Amino acid sequence: MSVSLSVLLWLPLAFGLVALVFPVRAVGKVSLLGAVLTLAYAIFALAQFDTGAGLQFVTDEAWIADLGISYKLGIDGLNLFLVLLTALLWVASTLWIELRGIGAHPLVRRRELFFWLALGETAVLGALLAQDLALFVLFFDLMLVPFFFLTGIWGGEQRVAATTKMVIYTLVGSLLMLSAVVATGVLASVQGGQPLTFDLVALAQLGVSEDAQTWIFLFFAAAFLVKMPAFPLHGWMPDAYQNMPLPVLALFSGVLSKVAAYGFLRIVLPLFPEASERFQELVLVVALASILYGSVMAFTTTRVRLILGYSSVAQLGFITLGIFALNGQGAQGALFQAFNHGLVVAPAFFFVALLAARAGGSEDLRDMGGLAFRAPVLAALFLIVALATLAMPGSPNFVGEFLILLGVFQEKIVFAIVASAGVVLAAVYMLRAFIRMMHERTAPEASSLEMRRRDGLVLVPLVAVLLFLAVYPQFALRRSEPAVLAAVGPVRAIIAPPPALELPGFLPGGQVPPGAVPQQVPPGAVPQQVPPGVGP
Amino acid sequence: MILAQAPSPPVEWAGISPLLALFGGAVVVLMGGLFPGRAVRERVVPGLALVTLLIALGCLIWQWDSEQDLLAGALRLDGLTLTLSVLFVVAGIATVGLAWRGFDRMESPEGEFYALVLTSIGGMVVLAAAQNFVALFLGFELLSIPLYVLCAIELRRKGSLESGLKYLVVGSVGSATLVYGLALVYGATGSTDFAAVARALTANAMNDDVLLLAGLALALVGFAFKASVAPFHQWTPDVYEGAPTPVTAFMATATKAAALGVTLRFLDVALFPAADDWAVPVAALALISIVVGNVGALGQSSLKRLLAYSSVAQAGYMLGGVVVGTSLGVQAIVFYLAVYLVMNLAAFAVVVARERETPLGDSMDALAGLGGSRPLLAWPMTISMLALAGFPLTAGFIGKFKLIEATVQGGWIFVGVAIVIGSMISLAYYLKVISVMWMRDAPAVEPAPAVKITPAGAPPPGGRPALAGGSPELDAEGRIDSGRRDPELVVLAVVFGAATLAAGIVPQPLLEWAAKAGEAFPGLF
Repeated sequence: MSVSLSVLLWLPLAFGLVALVFPVRAVGKVSLLGAVLTLAYAIFALAQFDTGAGLQFVTDEAWIADLGISYKLGIDGLNLFLVLLTALLWVASTLWIELRGIGAHPLVRRRELFFWLALGETAVLGALLAQDLALFVLFFDLMLVPFFFLTGIWGGEQRVAATTKMVIYTLVGSLLMLSAVVATGVLASVQGGQPLTFDLVALAQLGVSEDAQTWIFLFFAAAFLVKMPAFPLHGWMPDAYQNMPLPVLALFSGVLSKVAAYGFLRIVLPLFPEASERFQELVLVVALASILYGSVMAFTTTRVRLILGYSSVAQLGFITLGIFALNGQGAQGALFQAFNHGLVVAPAFFFVALLAARAGGSEDLRDMGGLAFRAPVLAALFLIVALATLAMPGSPNFVGEFLILLGVFQEKIVFAIVASAGVVLAAVYMLRAFIRMMHERTAPEASSLEMRRRDGLVLVPLVAVLLFLAVYPQFALRRSEPAVLAAVGPVRAIIAPPPALELPGFLPGGQVPPGAVPQQVPPGAVPQQVPPGVGP
Repeated sequence: MILAQAPSPPVEWAGISPLLALFGGAVVVLMGGLFPGRAVRERVVPGLALVTLLIALGCLIWQWDSEQDLLAGALRLDGLTLTLSVLFVVAGIATVGLAWRGFDRMESPEGEFYALVLTSIGGMVVLAAAQNFVALFLGFELLSIPLYVLCAIELRRKGSLESGLKYLVVGSVGSATLVYGLALVYGATGSTDFAAVARALTANAMNDDVLLLAGLALALVGFAFKASVAPFHQWTPDVYEGAPTPVTAFMATATKAAALGVTLRFLDVALFPAADDWAVPVAALALISIVVGNVGALGQSSLKRLLAYSSVAQAGYMLGGVVVGTSLGVQAIVFYLAVYLVMNLAAFAVVVARERETPLGDSMDALAGLGGSRPLLAWPMTISMLALAGFPLTAGFIGKFKLIEATVQGGWIFVGVAIVIGSMISLAYYLKVISVMWMRDAPAVEPAPAVKITPAGAPPPGGRPALAGGSPELDAEGRIDSGRRDPELVVLAVVFGAATLAAGIVPQPLLEWAAKAGEAFPGLF
């Protein structure tokens, strides 16, 4: 039985629409069923996935023939785990909203709420699955619409201003990208004497002239860096994070920012290798600045949402750093880290919701404290997530960061050394936050209560996946490797292979030509696996 | 005697059948309006106008595949004429629907109103089909003069009169400029016929001719006035705001399509050999329009003014398709015109509905909390705003995509980038409209529902105070009824909203339809 990606893509939206005709009480359950079925289907796709087969389960239909836009979906190692992450987090978030509501208020306007959630999942899956540049930008922009409404209707006090700011900021990038997408398609097709096409494979073969690549690259980079967000372009982030409802924020921070990182690997590196090489240092500087700025801000703010928000800035800085190492290890680490970060930041926001409820509704560190004393399970689960966030050895995040730094170290040693400081800073701000929330003196309003079973229903599976990857990171790394090497292949062909700094047992630094027979990662590629005994 | 001997030009009756239908219908409608019975005026007259428009549409479909010169080459039935005429007629049908129950019982201007709308549409068809300067100017005036009256048709409302007068003055200046420009081009080339002008320009290589340049500049200004292209747009917000909203909707969609269509034909056919002269100025006009329109819309709290500025910006986007002077550009403009018409009509239907239901007029506050109370109005408005901003899965996205494609292919990448930058600015105000509908509660000041809810199809209850005692404001309020629900407005909003969505998801048929317009320009590549 083959996998139909159209089913995977439209299943959530179909259930979201069907749910509209159900009585209000049942709407959430129907939507949840849709999310669960989507996850099940994504796992089925994982089971059917053949690591060596490149792009698979391809659906390719002409959609708008006049504009050369095709409806082409496919899965390979680049998007497989991000699709799984999306499906998983959507189940978690939908379940959370169904069980606990979306914020402090009673749950109003449920039909709209679950419809927007479902549309959001379809849009994100579409952006991840799309193998046509125009289709990608279509879904990439569409992702914003549900989050505009989810924030604007169910958000915090400044919700309308915050959501407007967020959409404008991110769409500025996206619209620049739209013009770059059209230019890519038109210029490549004209140059190659072909009818207009936006098929990514065809575009990679046609190529774009180096002059055009320059501005096209910058437009794409603007779109992706704003979405992440990276340091000088993060202006929308504090307001949006402060006002987004937490279950929505878990999705936003967990998945949407990853689509941007994925965009670099899927589109920018393969299509614009010359420009990627030329702007490598610029992007690396942006990434470093994000790491340092994000870390420092996360350390200084007392608002828990912003700690996680700025920590995301830093983490996505790492991911960008890894991608623009422009070699196999860096990109591999970045992709893995994207998955891991989604897996830790989403539960972290759920924990914030739990802890805020125990601290008299305040999401400020100063009003928390001592929340761990009578809640060992809650504290233990949160500790696992917190330690994974700071990339403690033994967590999958450590593997990701290690690969990223390894990749950068081989290309730009100075950047690697500075970035290493970011690893330390992460420990500083995460531990500070954890200690201030869970230990120290109990705040006057705070009351330590154990988490309920229904909270565990959402959080335990997420932590379990985290622990599984901590024990067995190869599960993800092995499956993504051929696609990652293919993605960096064109750039590697431009950069001369790095001089001998190859540690025995590691991957050859991207010397594998694209499409080559995938290699098994030698066991030594992953640092020694510390058993997940990090939780108390 | 001499007249009798002069050979009369052959008349292609089939070819001019849409025009005959429109003008004949106008006469019938005008006469129908003279009947004293209220039922005749309020039901039969608009019904007749609707039938006329449907007949005209039928004639257009009948003539769909024909391509011929009409009336001794004065007009031409081709892809551009046909596609644009369909747009005019659709806009006309929507206008009839929007105005259906909008008139004050005491004024009862139905006969004049619908006859003028039909005449104006006839003028637009002439304009789109024009093949020489005389026919062009004839169509131009035939379209404009009824509009002056239509703007001022709500006699008792100061705003309406002001709007009509303003439009008359500005419009006349525009027309005068245009006719002067046409005269100079005629002086330079010695011909009024588009094809002959093009031949003369090619033969004499007169790109630097002062007479031609002056004529070109003046004609461009005339078109820019009518299409409300900045910096000749200053009348637009005031006139749009003051005119009765159905008329505003008609002007924003059909008039814009006509003005841009004739600009296209004038530049890409008659003056195409002089493209080097006009491409850069037109590009400059496009950029100015995009910036001025979008920035001007930012602070607006009146929906009609907002849509007016937005229409200025959208005209700028579409000029991008004129600049490139390619067949792809023509297709992109015609496609965008269709999309633009659909999304604007959805928005205007909602504005009209809220004007009749709330005392807030076209203020943005009238939309507050609409998402909860009137989802059938809120959704079309939301889709329309998202489409105008260019969000994916709406027709606006495909329209922008096509325009950008045309500019990139024509080598005017920076115009494409300007379109994108304009869209960014526009987000601020389109999103504001959406947020008012979904993210704000309905204002508490909304008056208690009126005495009774009007059953569908019945005339509005109440009526206004006696003539002598009524101030214009009171007059306006007399027609407001918060319990009023006009199903035809909801139907229009839903139909056009759904069309916006449908054309965004399955745009291929509409693209092929627009491609027909490109066939009218065999000279373009």
